[in-house]
Amino acid sequence: MTSIFAQRRQKLLAMKAFRDGRTHAAAAGTVCPGCGQAVSASALAQAQYVCPHCGYHLPLGGYYRLSTILDAGSFRELNARLTSTDPLHFPGYQAKLEAARKKTGLNEAVVTAVGTVDGRKCVAGVLDGRFFLGSMSAAVGEKITRAIEYATKNKLPLILFSASGGARMQEGILSLMQMAKTSAALARFDEKGGFFLSIMTNPTTGGVTASFASLGDVILAEPGALIGFAGPRVIEQTIGQKLPEGFQRAEFQMEHGFVDAVVPRSELRAVISRLLALHEKGGRNG
Amino acid sequence: MAEPMTAAQRVTIARNCKRPNVQDIVSGLFTDFFIQRGDRLAGEDESILGGIARFHGRPVTVIGTRKGRTLDENLKYNFGMPSPEGYRKALRLMRQAQKFHRPILTFIDTPGAYPGMNAEERGQGEAIARNLMEMSRLAVPVIATVTGEGNSGGALALGVADRVLMLENAVYSILSPEGFATILWKDSSRHEEACELMQLTAPDLKRLGVIDEIVPEPAGGAHLAPEIALRELDLALERNLKTLSRQSGDALAAGRYQKFRQMGTPTKEDQ
Repeated sequence: MTSIFAQRRQKLLAMKAFRDGRTHAAAAGTVCPGCGQAVSASALAQAQYVCPHCGYHLPLGGYYRLSTILDAGSFRELNARLTSTDPLHFPGYQAKLEAARKKTGLNEAVVTAVGTVDGRKCVAGVLDGRFFLGSMSAAVGEKITRAIEYATKNKLPLILFSASGGARMQEGILSLMQMAKTSAALARFDEKGGFFLSIMTNPTTGGVTASFASLGDVILAEPGALIGFAGPRVIEQTIGQKLPEGFQRAEFQMEHGFVDAVVPRSELRAVISRLLALHEKGGRNG
Repeated sequence: MAEPMTAAQRVTIARNCKRPNVQDIVSGLFTDFFIQRGDRLAGEDESILGGIARFHGRPVTVIGTRKGRTLDENLKYNFGMPSPEGYRKALRLMRQAQKFHRPILTFIDTPGAYPGMNAEERGQGEAIARNLMEMSRLAVPVIATVTGEGNSGGALALGVADRVLMLENAVYSILSPEGFATILWKDSSRHEEACELMQLTAPDLKRLGVIDEIVPEPAGGAHLAPEIALRELDLALERNLKTLSRQSGDALAAGRYQKFRQMGTPTKEDQ
């Protein structure tokens, strides 16, 4: 089963995940951003970047996330080279893109792939917050749409991990239109009976919340993830008061009926696997 | 056509409260208007006006964000910023339009979806997302017109249409120029500079393929001669509706999908 190609794919993903892991550790430093307690890089890496003291879930890079979900050797990336074209010729944008590419090793703010989870084939995409805060450029919208279309065509379940500040300002209205594009692609996927699992991670806001992330057949969220349309600061400015503790967090969204379950990172793979099994062959088997 | 204007000037005109608003459009272009209220889930949001009316004799569904002219009106309509109930009401009316084979005409003039606590608690993001998804597959003609300012997902939630029209001095953008300047430069006073970079005017958006047609306004802006602006809008709507009505429901949905599918499709290093 482990062909030479599978081994190669596994090595490639492991390498990219390792690189992601190094930047997570560097970003975290030696104190947890959740509780402020000292924590070693190796302890964080061992716990998939969840603080052993307080359970704070640190952001994960796209490749690293996929390496925690997909079976070893099953990862095959889709549209890897697709990248922004600076459609509005926005001053300074090209240079910023170049800097983000160098820093993260990513071409855009989303990684999409085909792979298996406990042997079940699926399409998986991960928004990566390190690249322009995971914001929705035209290329991000295009990659997600192509992933949805690939899943539709090949009758595969679709898993999308969201982590996004919302729109890509430098692409203006074309960023906005990606909300319509991805949602329309999901309508077609839905009509063909495809299973879409949306997983919201910290933070899922703006145009991503107001499009594909909210359209899952099942919606999961990581503990403590900020999930909302308007950001907390904008709301505070609008209403002229401080927001209560826990407002717009994953647990709040579950209480208000917008998330099916809050699942800690350590249990996520098992829950995904169960859900994929429950939806096998469009839920018609057994 | 009016004299060329800067983007910032157009933003000012687009926000002029004397511009024809959705009530003016309804009373000027439609007859037999019956207002429909409520989302049948939680409540009624007056920042979106919706109902059934006749357009040149033919029953249609009309939905539009609503701005007022007085403080009282604006408080009632929440300055044109809808809550989830508004978007869910709009979706209810659109589904009903499909059931009764009525074309849908939407009118967009909003600073954006309301960024308040209650709106968030009731799923503002979900409400907008659902509209985008469902509008993309409606099997009746849908024409959206941006009449004033169309900001953010709150505008797009009524904008997934077969034809997107824009009044000549209307603006349509990812968010307000003030918000844009705040996010990019942490300085909302640079909003005029933002206007020029955002490509939010009707000619910009026509060139980008985001809108299909510009509806001419009288010199200086629609607020100076609303009846002329309304007549132009009437002509444009009637012409587009006539063309769309020849297509089957499936062809309309397929065409609408393709239209939005192509937006912002990158070509660089494409695989």
